[in-house]
Amino acid sequence: MSCALQFRNVTLGYDRHPAVHHLDGKVDTGALVAVVGPNGAGKSTLFKGIVGTLKPLAGRIERGALAPQDIAYLPQAAEIDRSFPINVYDLVAMGLWRRTGCFGGIGGKARASIEHAISAVGLTGFEDRAIATLSGGQMQRMLFARLLLQDARMIVLDEPFNAVDAKTSADLFDLVQRWHGEQRTVLTAMHDIDFVRAHFPETLLLAREPVAWGRTSSVLTPQNLLLARRMCEAFDEHAHECVAEVAV
Amino acid sequence: MLYDFFVAPFTEFEFMRRALAGVLALALGACPIGVFLMLRRMSLVGDAMAHAILPGAAIGFLLSGLNLFAMTAGGLIAGFVVALLTGLVARATELKEDAALATFYLLSLALGVTIVSVKGTNVDLLHVLFGNVLALDDQTLLLIAANATVSLVVLALIYRPLVIECVDPGFMRSVSHAGGPAHLAFLILVVINLVSGFHALGTLLAVGIMMLPAATGRFWARDITMMILIATASGVAAGYAGLLLSFHVGIASGPAVILVAGALYVVSLLFGRVGGLLRQLFPGRHLEA
Repeated sequence: MSCALQFRNVTLGYDRHPAVHHLDGKVDTGALVAVVGPNGAGKSTLFKGIVGTLKPLAGRIERGALAPQDIAYLPQAAEIDRSFPINVYDLVAMGLWRRTGCFGGIGGKARASIEHAISAVGLTGFEDRAIATLSGGQMQRMLFARLLLQDARMIVLDEPFNAVDAKTSADLFDLVQRWHGEQRTVLTAMHDIDFVRAHFPETLLLAREPVAWGRTSSVLTPQNLLLARRMCEAFDEHAHECVAEVAV
Repeated sequence: MLYDFFVAPFTEFEFMRRALAGVLALALGACPIGVFLMLRRMSLVGDAMAHAILPGAAIGFLLSGLNLFAMTAGGLIAGFVVALLTGLVARATELKEDAALATFYLLSLALGVTIVSVKGTNVDLLHVLFGNVLALDDQTLLLIAANATVSLVVLALIYRPLVIECVDPGFMRSVSHAGGPAHLAFLILVVINLVSGFHALGTLLAVGIMMLPAATGRFWARDITMMILIATASGVAAGYAGLLLSFHVGIASGPAVILVAGALYVVSLLFGRVGGLLRQLFPGRHLEA
């Protein structure tokens, strides 16, 4: 199986302090990977590194044949200005950017695909609603519709099911499984360990450093989870240069 | 009778025709820009930039008198220098963007007024501060029209990335690099429209024709296209009615235009369909679903 992402001794962080330390490993094309770890474990940092908005402090992230535009990214707190006067239809249509760019028209076929995406997330009838009027769950459904239209080969979701109800997360997870079925690579940060056990074949357990990575059942063991929980969250302001780094 | 009141001032007097052409072009160019400034929460940035333009225009004036191109070029340069210094200081020091902008535009304004008052007369100073829409010469009129044309064309070109950059900058960054250049082009449009406004309405009121119609639009529309149309229409109406008012009542024309724009705004604030005060006070009984 070909590999979509390859991490080579990657260290990501802020201001020289590592938030993800010495990560090695690869993500296969078409894999469905849960990234699990306590708050502050570096999940969001890792995702920023993958989509390229954060440069590694050391090491390399190889994206193979994937261009940055081939990766669709749903951040944990999308920077959406909810007071902006735009409706659901237009916001979802942004997902077509890769095909339309600045000037491309949105023709009948594109319209059909926008309507299809809106109905796939169960928001039919909301097309003309201003985004300011949406609930948290409806907002997340709308962002998934935009992801659908982006038609990306890799999809990175940062805690997409936080603060949404069970029905919404089940509906949205159906879409994730559909992407998985279409051989797209999906990485998802998750907190619900039982849900990960039930639905994700592969898991990366992260606690500033990779604790374990592989088949979910062999990663989410009580010992590994305990290790992850003991992770120290605070930066040491007086940390020395990383010895492992010097040795490499 | 109606003809005498509404049309005759413009058919009889050439300076009124010129003034009308000037304010209409100004409204067409500046009002859409104002809507974006408002939506980006940059309303006061426009105001500050309008003041920042002054010393450049004043230096142009100092070097070559009331020369259109010297004053315009000076204004553009001063605007960009202040924008650049603000960005640098905000990035390099603890001072935030708003404070950095405030310091530079105040310095710039003081410097500008000093330069004009040293070299020119009080009439010149009044011209710079409040403009003179009734004395637009051919060159100035062409400049305002050209600026409005460039402004509308460029806005059409950058419209999509600009809107996406406003709603969801994170998404824009993840799909394209067009967001940064679109924002920069937008700032340039702000400055050229302020330069237009500077000639017609003066440095103090230039931003009025940008922001008041934009705020008016906000009370009537829920989507940005309608908001821009309403803002532009109210800017055009304010330009026409303001000139009439100044003609019949005999008050200064620049402030008259802005006063009418302000009156439209106050009416919208009270009666606007979207979040107007009366709607909030008397929302009516709640609906079934």
